[in-house]
Amino acid sequence: MRVIRGDDGRNAARARRCGIAGALCLAAFGWATSAAANTSNGYNLPLGVTEVSRDIYALHMEAFWICVGIAVLVFGAMIYSLLKFRHSRGAVADTTLSHSTQVEIIWTLVPAVILVVMAIPAAKLILKMEDTRNSELSIRVTGYQWKWEYQYMDAAAGIDIFSTLARDSNFARQLHSGVDPNTVPNYLLDVDKPLVIPSGTKVRLLLTSQDVIHAWWVPDFGAKRSAVPGFVNELWFTIDPGKEGIYRGQCAALCGRDHGFMPIVVDVRTPDEFKKWVADQKAAAQPAAAADGRTADGRPTDRRTAAAQALPN
Amino acid sequence: MATIEASGTAHLEEHHEHHGPATGIKRWLFATNHKDIGTMYLVFSLIMFFVGGAMAMVIRAELFKPGLQLVDPELFNQMTTNHALVMIFGAVMPAFVGLANWMVPLQIGAPDMALPRMNNFSFWILPFAFTLLLSTFFVPGGMVAGGWTMYPPLVLQSGDSFPMLIFAIHMMGASSIMGAINVIVTVMNMRAPGMNLLKMPLFCWSWLITAYLLIAVMPVLAGAVTMLLTDHYFKTSFFSAAGGGDPVMFEHIFWFFGHPEVYIMILPAFGVISEILPTFSRKPLFGATSMIYAIASIAFLSFIVWGHHMFVDGMPLAAQMFYMMSTMLIAVPTGVKVFNWTATMWRGSLSFEPPMLFALAFLFMFTIGGFSGVMLALVPADFQYQNTYFVVAHFHYVLVPGAVFAIMAAVYYWIPKWTGHMYSMKLAHWHFWLSTIFVNLLFFPQHFLGLAGMPRRIPDYAVQFTDWNMVSSIGAFGFGLSQILFVIVIIQCVRGGKPASAKVWDGALPTGLEWTLPSPAPYHSFTTAPDVK
Repeated sequence: MRVIRGDDGRNAARARRCGIAGALCLAAFGWATSAAANTSNGYNLPLGVTEVSRDIYALHMEAFWICVGIAVLVFGAMIYSLLKFRHSRGAVADTTLSHSTQVEIIWTLVPAVILVVMAIPAAKLILKMEDTRNSELSIRVTGYQWKWEYQYMDAAAGIDIFSTLARDSNFARQLHSGVDPNTVPNYLLDVDKPLVIPSGTKVRLLLTSQDVIHAWWVPDFGAKRSAVPGFVNELWFTIDPGKEGIYRGQCAALCGRDHGFMPIVVDVRTPDEFKKWVADQKAAAQPAAAADGRTADGRPTDRRTAAAQALPN
Repeated sequence: MATIEASGTAHLEEHHEHHGPATGIKRWLFATNHKDIGTMYLVFSLIMFFVGGAMAMVIRAELFKPGLQLVDPELFNQMTTNHALVMIFGAVMPAFVGLANWMVPLQIGAPDMALPRMNNFSFWILPFAFTLLLSTFFVPGGMVAGGWTMYPPLVLQSGDSFPMLIFAIHMMGASSIMGAINVIVTVMNMRAPGMNLLKMPLFCWSWLITAYLLIAVMPVLAGAVTMLLTDHYFKTSFFSAAGGGDPVMFEHIFWFFGHPEVYIMILPAFGVISEILPTFSRKPLFGATSMIYAIASIAFLSFIVWGHHMFVDGMPLAAQMFYMMSTMLIAVPTGVKVFNWTATMWRGSLSFEPPMLFALAFLFMFTIGGFSGVMLALVPADFQYQNTYFVVAHFHYVLVPGAVFAIMAAVYYWIPKWTGHMYSMKLAHWHFWLSTIFVNLLFFPQHFLGLAGMPRRIPDYAVQFTDWNMVSSIGAFGFGLSQILFVIVIIQCVRGGKPASAKVWDGALPTGLEWTLPSPAPYHSFTTAPDVK
């Protein structure tokens, strides 16, 4: 009596396990084959708009498929054991099967080899990502609680942008605001003044912070780096030509109360459009500067003073 | 009655047998019996599991929909911070210490732990430490909200709760160090004659190695938080660039503790699984010696991987390469363990009592957590995963269906030995299936969220993350409620139930000295050393 009832429960359990395993495999396949694009499809990393982001995506997928392959083997062996070697079905344990040096060596060496195979493209990509030489445009990025500042250098020197969460998002996100986030365009991913950069140009960010550790991250660029107060971290990316547009990211290091409310928006333009934008920005700053030595934002135009003020002394 | 030991011991033995355990509160306040202390650790950890769980409910309730509905972002950060502190230091670690206290002496044939009074102190520090920690909720400024990782300069912006947190951590650390000392001295000195180290059960081995890890790294945590304290109050600048220091140095010191810490939380779980799987497979553990070497290798490697928590912080190229390799290397001994457990089941004769169900769920889901760990080790990919929900999914998979399920498996396995009663199989099965289904609903979608771009430690999110957050929150509520079943099973089992035999799992193959004792195990057991062949 007991055996029969137990068996029913176990058959149901077995069916459930098969179902779960099958569903997982299908899900993995569906997830992996859904179109990768500039931005994430909601399940997977984005392919992104830089060569680095594409390389990262490829590395990630390679690792994923290797894991799926190993999972099929290992979970397959487990599920097979659960189904085949049941006490309730009269299986008798083979108590002599308790060690095998040969098998241990195999399943130590084979995974080690697989890991080496994964590590090689990873190491190559690290080398590529760490090569910050020959950048064409540098921008100093400062994290604050809770906004970003972008100070352009090189040909665009003098442009200084504070980038804060957009007003409509900021209003909607207040506790009990009564505003449905779905009615706010780009809720929590919009700012008043975005970072503007040219495509097809190696842009290098010099990241620091005025207060606590922040992190600058735009998933579609495959670019993330911490902004540490008192130190400068380098981060570079080159947006593919033809991929102009708006890209959004967020702060990626807990930095206090409004860590979730200091997004990043990058407006990628063609190099010509960018040159025009730079000229426009400088022109707009001129009349105010001539008047009282300050920019339209009220900050001193003397870059050294501003620089000294941006870093802790 | 007289034994080979001095007649004084024999006299004490008779004395105890007349009086049994003390009655009332004295029994617990002044406990020196490893069984009583083990019980206290386990009860304490269960309470803390619910406290930490309540904090998680606040988190998932807020994250159910986009927009802020329930809590101020600052309070949300307090919840995420203290959820982790309570779960790590109040639930998982004390639960494993409780299991060690109960089972190590029984498994090695010792009458008690080597240092029973220090054992008492180790336990009683914890209620004080957690009263202090939890009372920070009522302090002006609220609880510390800088993450359980306490990175400066952010954590130095905390208010009055900050020194209370530091003091609580010091206390917890002292408790862990003393507990670890006790385990090592007990295992090295009090094994029954004939039980050489290679004959010792895997659970004791896993705790022996874990104890060494604890002694090595808890003092490092103590140093790190003390430096935070002096930076805040005594004008040192360990972590402030203005004074010549470096916030990233804190990360190094913290994670030098932090990474072995996560292995401290999983190695005893490995030990538990290595006890349970062979029993219900009716077959010896496959490659027991390899399993011991694997635990030792994992413990050693755990000291040289800490940098993988810091890849995005501006790490030099050579360091990125080194930490990537060392982190990937840890997958090798861990894989060996998973394969050996699978081989234990292979050609066995399996039955599916609750301990086995939880052990099997561990095997499947810890492995999933391991896969995301290997992916996280790849530095370039990690630049996309770091500080996103992908990391949250990884560590919750290895900690919840990993460590916590192993603790539950251990309780379901050994509680008949502790209480002398079997428990309701029906309730235990319901607990298992509900927990397993909901834990996957809770954490699996978080992989998607992380890959889709959702950062961690945020109380509100962009609307494209809505659906998976909703599923995850439903999983959280379901999982939390299901744990009530666990409490019911335990309480019913303590109070009564079908009497358990000495072997408890008749028909299965439980090996180990604990199964030679009657159920419940006598208050004083192995007062004479057993014969170990």
